[in-house]
Amino acid sequence: MPPAYCLMPIMFTFVRTLFRNLSRKPATRTYPFTQREPFANFRGHLTIDPAVCIYCGICAKRCPANALVVAKSPKSWTLDPYKCILCSYCVEACPKKCMTMRPEHQRKDA
Amino acid sequence: MITNIIPVTLDTLLSKVGEIFLQKYRLITISCTDLGEYIDVLYHFDKNYEITNLRLRLERGQEVPSISSIYFSAVIVENEIQDLFGVPVKGLVLDYGGKMMLAEASPKAPQANCPAAAPAE
Amino acid sequence: MTRQTIIPFGPQHPVLPEPIQLKLVLEDKKVVGAIPSIGYIHRGLEKLAQQKDYIQSIFLIERICGICSFLHSMAYCQGIEEMMNVEVPPRANNLRIIWAEMHRIHSHLLWMGLLADSFGFESLFMEIWRCRETVLDIMEETAGGRVMLGVCTVGGVRRDIPPELIKKVLATCDELQAHFDHFIPSILNDYSVKQRTVGVGVLTKEVALERGVVGPVARASGVVMDHRVAKYGAYANFDVEPQIEQDGDCYARSKVRVRELYQSLDLVRQSVATLPEGEFNIPVKGNPDGEVISRVEQPRGEVLYYLRGNGSKFLDRMRVRTPTFANLPGLLAMIPGCELSDVPVIILSIDPCISCTER
Repeated sequence: MPPAYCLMPIMFTFVRTLFRNLSRKPATRTYPFTQREPFANFRGHLTIDPAVCIYCGICAKRCPANALVVAKSPKSWTLDPYKCILCSYCVEACPKKCMTMRPEHQRKDA
Repeated sequence: MITNIIPVTLDTLLSKVGEIFLQKYRLITISCTDLGEYIDVLYHFDKNYEITNLRLRLERGQEVPSISSIYFSAVIVENEIQDLFGVPVKGLVLDYGGKMMLAEASPKAPQANCPAAAPAE
Repeated sequence: MTRQTIIPFGPQHPVLPEPIQLKLVLEDKKVVGAIPSIGYIHRGLEKLAQQKDYIQSIFLIERICGICSFLHSMAYCQGIEEMMNVEVPPRANNLRIIWAEMHRIHSHLLWMGLLADSFGFESLFMEIWRCRETVLDIMEETAGGRVMLGVCTVGGVRRDIPPELIKKVLATCDELQAHFDHFIPSILNDYSVKQRTVGVGVLTKEVALERGVVGPVARASGVVMDHRVAKYGAYANFDVEPQIEQDGDCYARSKVRVRELYQSLDLVRQSVATLPEGEFNIPVKGNPDGEVISRVEQPRGEVLYYLRGNGSKFLDRMRVRTPTFANLPGLLAMIPGCELSDVPVIILSIDPCISCTER
């Protein structure tokens, strides 16, 4: 239930907020220059350790978005980052646990 | 599992829906499933969080009478069924003529399992 | 007889986040009728869900709606669990409530911001959306996604909330409450806001019942209907009282949603307080068979899933009836009689989610 003073009729209801905001820092960041630390659990982008991978193709079968293509010979594991929906279902399905979901967003220049 | 399914036929549908309307039920929606041999239509009604369903078996090529004259809220879902399943609905209060969900160039009856169900060009 | 003019409203309009067109019939400045035309964003999700297996479909179903995504997956998983006779661990049920109620908060905040935007109160809109960031951040931290949480699965949830994050959830609840207390007077009491919402787009109880509207739209018209009362999932342990208003205008709809914000905060806290220890996920074997109807109360109203399995891992039919779908006929009853300049506010007051409607 909203507290009682929320229901009192006030004329200039926004003035309080206005003065509060004058004395505060902006809520936004200048994004590409200052970046927030990503949360540890965030699903940012998918990486693979090719040395551990056995190219079984289970991840490709499980992928809901058909973003993964795995071939046994020649050994290849391809991810289409534009199709990937970052659900990390493949990470859970992998028998060798060779994939990890990193918390940072994938950068084009990285 | 679904309990409370009352089977109806094309002839008894409208009278049964009218009966349900008078008992102050709310129409939730109509679900249509293409089972290949026939089309299964379920009318879901709600009263006090309890669902009552009417089940209609529709053979291929049969027309289904619209209940939109009883429940106006059925207009959108019946137009959708007409668009996506290629089932002609007769007596719609507001008929979009198969162009509500789909455009001129879109595939005909995309949710119908059997291609023959799609109306001819 | 006055001359009638028909003007198209949408599909692109500054207040509409998603495309829908209403053909408005005008007599001078008064709107006397409206005909909706939808179909701009039909994606064929129901058809696609029949071509994915029932676990993959969860991720697809989350993407039906970009706002209440978790509640879609929750409704779907509840349906599949009922079909396969899976008993969800109690901890998973409580975790689901935490995320579901957080989703309700973020959805209502989004709606309030858009409403403020629709009558031109830009600074209030930004204030509300800044508050919304707090919810999104805590969802990102606990679930790994800001809106597409991807945590619900058949047999429980995919992630646990560890104790240190639980503390953070509670701290966020307090922070949110302080935020709410700050901007809610502006929505409820401000003179200029009231001028735009009180008495606008009235939907009487009789019409609301007849048109079958759901959710806050129905509750604002005096219809006692909140599917959480039907005790699905962990709601069986909590008492949820539907928030009812009698007036049926845009102001009543804002009041209902304001009260639901506080109610959701309360439910998050209760759910955290009664969070049982133990498993949060159980493995599921086999394939769904039979047919089932699953209903869940979303921020916009009740959603219905009709699922039909055939014993294979693919479903025969996945049917969704989203709340906006049910609220559209109600919207058509609200518009006649209003002024043209009120139409954006009325359309927003039902919280339209067009991608849900067309799937």
